[in-house]
Amino acid sequence: MNNLITREDTNLVAKLARTIGASPKLATEASLAQAQAETNVRVGAAVSAGGMTIENLTAGFADFTAVSNISLEIIPNKITAIIGPSGSGKSTFLRCLDRLHEEVRGAWAGGRVLLCGEDIYAAGVDPVQIRRRVGMVFQKPNPFPTMSIYDNVAAGLRLNHFRRVPQLDEKVEQALRQAALWDEVKDKLQQSGAALSGGQQQRLCIARCLAVEPEVILMDEPASALDPIATLKIEELMRELAREYTIVIVTHNMQQAGRVSDFTAFLMMDEDRAGRLVEYGHTKQIFTNPKDKRTEDYITGRFG
Amino acid sequence: MRQRIMQRVGFALLALTSLIVVVPILLVVGIIVARGLNAVSWEFLTAMPREGMRAGGILPAIVGTILLTLGTALAAIPVGVAGAIYLSEYASDNIFTRSIRLAIINLAGIPSVVYGLFGLGLFVIFLRFGTSILAGSLTLAIMTLPIIVSTTEEALRSVPMEFRTVSASLGGTRWQGIWKIILPQAFPGIVTGVLLGLLRAAGETAPILFTVATFFLPRLPQSVFDQTMALPYHLFVISTQVPGMPMEIQYGTALVLLVLVLSLNLVATLLRSYFRRRRQW
Ligand SMILES: Nc1ncnc2c1ncn2[C@@H]1O[C@H](COP(=O)(O)OP(=O)(O)OP(=O)(O)O)[C@@H](O)[C@H]1O
Ligand SMILES: [Mg+2]
Repeated sequence: MNNLITREDTNLVAKLARTIGASPKLATEASLAQAQAETNVRVGAAVSAGGMTIENLTAGFADFTAVSNISLEIIPNKITAIIGPSGSGKSTFLRCLDRLHEEVRGAWAGGRVLLCGEDIYAAGVDPVQIRRRVGMVFQKPNPFPTMSIYDNVAAGLRLNHFRRVPQLDEKVEQALRQAALWDEVKDKLQQSGAALSGGQQQRLCIARCLAVEPEVILMDEPASALDPIATLKIEELMRELAREYTIVIVTHNMQQAGRVSDFTAFLMMDEDRAGRLVEYGHTKQIFTNPKDKRTEDYITGRFG
Repeated sequence: MRQRIMQRVGFALLALTSLIVVVPILLVVGIIVARGLNAVSWEFLTAMPREGMRAGGILPAIVGTILLTLGTALAAIPVGVAGAIYLSEYASDNIFTRSIRLAIINLAGIPSVVYGLFGLGLFVIFLRFGTSILAGSLTLAIMTLPIIVSTTEEALRSVPMEFRTVSASLGGTRWQGIWKIILPQAFPGIVTGVLLGLLRAAGETAPILFTVATFFLPRLPQSVFDQTMALPYHLFVISTQVPGMPMEIQYGTALVLLVLVLSLNLVATLLRSYFRRRRQW
């Protein structure tokens, strides 16, 4: 709680930076923090269930820094969109939030990521436990090919049980209902998940993720492989899920970010190709009244 | 026009080369079936050899080969599959694992008679197993291991990386993901590889020559420390070592060995196509 920057603090820092004529970079960082503080509808909200606080997150691969010094708060039960040009480190950032990033050989991360106030990168924290609390939906619909629809949804629960999972049927049905897929598949639960349409497959993957009962759901361009109708369906579903879950979505689709998210973070790479947070705020503000010229250029499609 | 003629000629040549591959196989199978079928009878399959193997059946050789193949499977499959899982899923790419891979490739190229001598030295003499089913199975297992390890590793690698990531993202440990998600997907490839390895073991003569096979033993083995007859060696013996051997029995024995090996092959093919129909991504 006490590590949250208050609005007064950041104003002060920004002012200070300006008066002492600090490097423009410091000034930007200060104003960034300011924008961030203004964003926080409920200061300290990130400490409650499903909230995340990211502090000075820097991550990369071997000697390459993919994201640099990112700090922001993920507000619980809201949808936060991450936008930015290709290669700006959106996926890397996202995968740091459930410690999936480190599965890649040579990958590293530094800084703090608090989930409900606890640092998931602290020594002694088991990444496996974190990933049960923070789920992920991927770009390409990827149901397990050898499993039926039912088994796909049950997969996450079965992974952690060597015996029978209690009330599995109920849990599978509930996850499928939450993913708005139940009515379409309830008569063919034993059929292969690969036989569904792309949009249905993606909702199956969402159900698979929900079945583990995470607190936060990360989605990396979940609709980019889908047609417009299936995309709308996923967006509708996300709005529905946001009642119970905290959602972070990476998207290339500006309209989608505008339609679906409550908050938007704009990442962009610097000259050194490391992705940095340029601006973070209410989606409405980012899209109608961006503070940073680069955000405006990106949103209006002038680059990226 | 000229191009089309060229293309025709090209295709004809290609067809011809594939014919060159097929013809000898068909000839071998055809001749063995044609000349051996008469010899194969219920008695031939279920009786002991008589009159210096010139009459009676080949039961001990059939049983011996089946037992040796089973023994090989028991010894080689767990070790080979576990080794492949380690290499593909856990080991990082360093000098140690590279030298293991290099060793596996080279082991696959060693002549089988060398394995036979190695088995003689290690199992028969040093470990005092004597010439026995145990020593023979272990020798065949060592010969089969490189095939099993490399095909299993191949099968595991053919499972797309993303499923390991998905499994991790669902909160599975590395091992849970391998056991419940990756292995089932790699299963058809593993089964095929394992069967192909065993196939080779079932048909080999040299590795069992010094470690288990016996010239003539008209009774069934009682324990793993017994010697036994085995089809490949028996075939060698009756074709070269026994004067006045009826041709029919030689071809009949060859036919039985061929059917045994080909049926393993058929099982591998059927399993593969069955699983291929079931998975799609
Ligand atoms: N496995 C990896 N090994 C090395 N570098 C990587 C790896 N994955 C990504 N990178 C690099 O990290 C940087 C950020 O990649 P990332 O995938 O996070 O970008 P992104 O913003 O998600 O891009 P996109 O919009 O195209 O998905 C890129 O420069 C990329 O080349
Ligand atoms: Mg990406």
